[in-house]
Amino acid sequence: MAFSAGLRGQYQSDLAGLREAGLFKEERFIHSPQAARIEVEFPAGAAPKPVINLCSNNYLGLSSHPEVVAAAHAGLDARGYGMSSVRFICGTQDIHRELERRLTAFLGTEDTLLFPSCMDANAGVFEAVLTDKDVMIADRLVHASIVDGMRLCKAMTDTFKHADMGHLEEKLQEHQDKRSRIVITDGVFSMDGDVAKLDEIVALAEKHDAMVFVDESHASGFIGRTGRGTHEHCGVLGRIDVITTTLGKALGGASGGCVSGRRELVEMCRQRARPYLFSNTVPPVIVAAAIKVLDLIGGTTERRDTLERNTAYWRRLLTEAGFDVKAGDSPIVPVMLYNAKLAQDVARDLFAEGIYVVGFFFPVVAKGQARIRTQLSAAHEKEHLDAAIEAFVKVGRRHGILGLGRNEIVEKFGL
Amino acid sequence: MDELKKTIREYIAKEYLEEGDDRTVGDGTPLITGGIVDSFSMVSLKRFLERKYAIRIPDAEATPEAFDTVERIAALVNRFTKTGAV
Repeated sequence: MAFSAGLRGQYQSDLAGLREAGLFKEERFIHSPQAARIEVEFPAGAAPKPVINLCSNNYLGLSSHPEVVAAAHAGLDARGYGMSSVRFICGTQDIHRELERRLTAFLGTEDTLLFPSCMDANAGVFEAVLTDKDVMIADRLVHASIVDGMRLCKAMTDTFKHADMGHLEEKLQEHQDKRSRIVITDGVFSMDGDVAKLDEIVALAEKHDAMVFVDESHASGFIGRTGRGTHEHCGVLGRIDVITTTLGKALGGASGGCVSGRRELVEMCRQRARPYLFSNTVPPVIVAAAIKVLDLIGGTTERRDTLERNTAYWRRLLTEAGFDVKAGDSPIVPVMLYNAKLAQDVARDLFAEGIYVVGFFFPVVAKGQARIRTQLSAAHEKEHLDAAIEAFVKVGRRHGILGLGRNEIVEKFGL
Repeated sequence: MDELKKTIREYIAKEYLEEGDDRTVGDGTPLITGGIVDSFSMVSLKRFLERKYAIRIPDAEATPEAFDTVERIAALVNRFTKTGAV
């Protein structure tokens, strides 16, 4: 069918609907490398404005690190730009396998398979390893890519209340008639920043004969004493059956992801996971840089320690200033505003003050749970955070929210 | 029918509301569009109803629209029960 005027009108009306509902997303153009301080053109056509970045996943500050950039250049020179192939035809270089071995050692698993992204890893892994005789039991706040992956899989789906171990145990008991059970969780939840109770989840899974799946995208590189992830933090290294994670956040921030875990499960992904089978290989330039990232964080915990200090400092600044901050241990620090319009207004005003943050509201988070999600980086200096809190206090004062808890904010602004 | 709605309301409160959540679920309360039940977690409600009333609700009928209120869910269950009056 041609793209008729009527059809065009329908799409225009759908887009207008998104705008009216406040769900229309607009990109902001960054005129500099990813860093703690960036130049942002917003709205489109405006002169680029220097701002402090508090909303990237550049947790370890490696996205533009000179040694990572140099390794990328070297990889480009040594192995070329593209492979023009999926992995299993002619798209696997020696460095792809080397990176998989390095990730296996870093994550403390048995084997690893690279995917074009963690979104792809999550989209492919469940269908590859489970059948209609199995059941997937997921925390209700898992990332959207996991939800998509579960929808593509024939196994039965079930969910448990966020971080509710009693509810999880009920579900595990309920599904004892299945061939296998797999408990699915994020390691660190991307919107709330809380860390999964992986020690309790593993204990329940072992008690009720279930596998454990963890998405470590917001954990790999910095959670745990040596940054290996939530399983290190919770003392269950070697007891997770499937880990997915990304190279697109702390581990260099470019793109690429992986499935890592039990040898047979990883091999099933190599044989069956459709995003691996039908999508191009991770480009050599990213593979070479990712190996350098693992070199950099393998020898020292300095970066994750700096990130931990920055997070503690930022949490203290926000709390002392009177903001309602969600408790947690990760560098995701949500400033709770509850009301969607308030979250958007505060984010806009902070941008005007030179602080780049984003407001999140329903359907990205639950209704009445609107917030500004701030994210720390090892690249932040004390001066960045001091300047940021000054702007937060100025904007907070303007909106009259300092010192207010949930009930007072809701009373003042509604839900 | 009232008993059926009560059973559904009780299940929703137990299965989907978090501790401390003071929202009440009435027969016309929007569940999915109101953010109480997400469409992904809806499957446990469908399975509960199928088991409790020994019915089979085809996936094509188990839409977010059909599950959006206790009223609609009860009507759906009634359609698939033999007597039509649970």
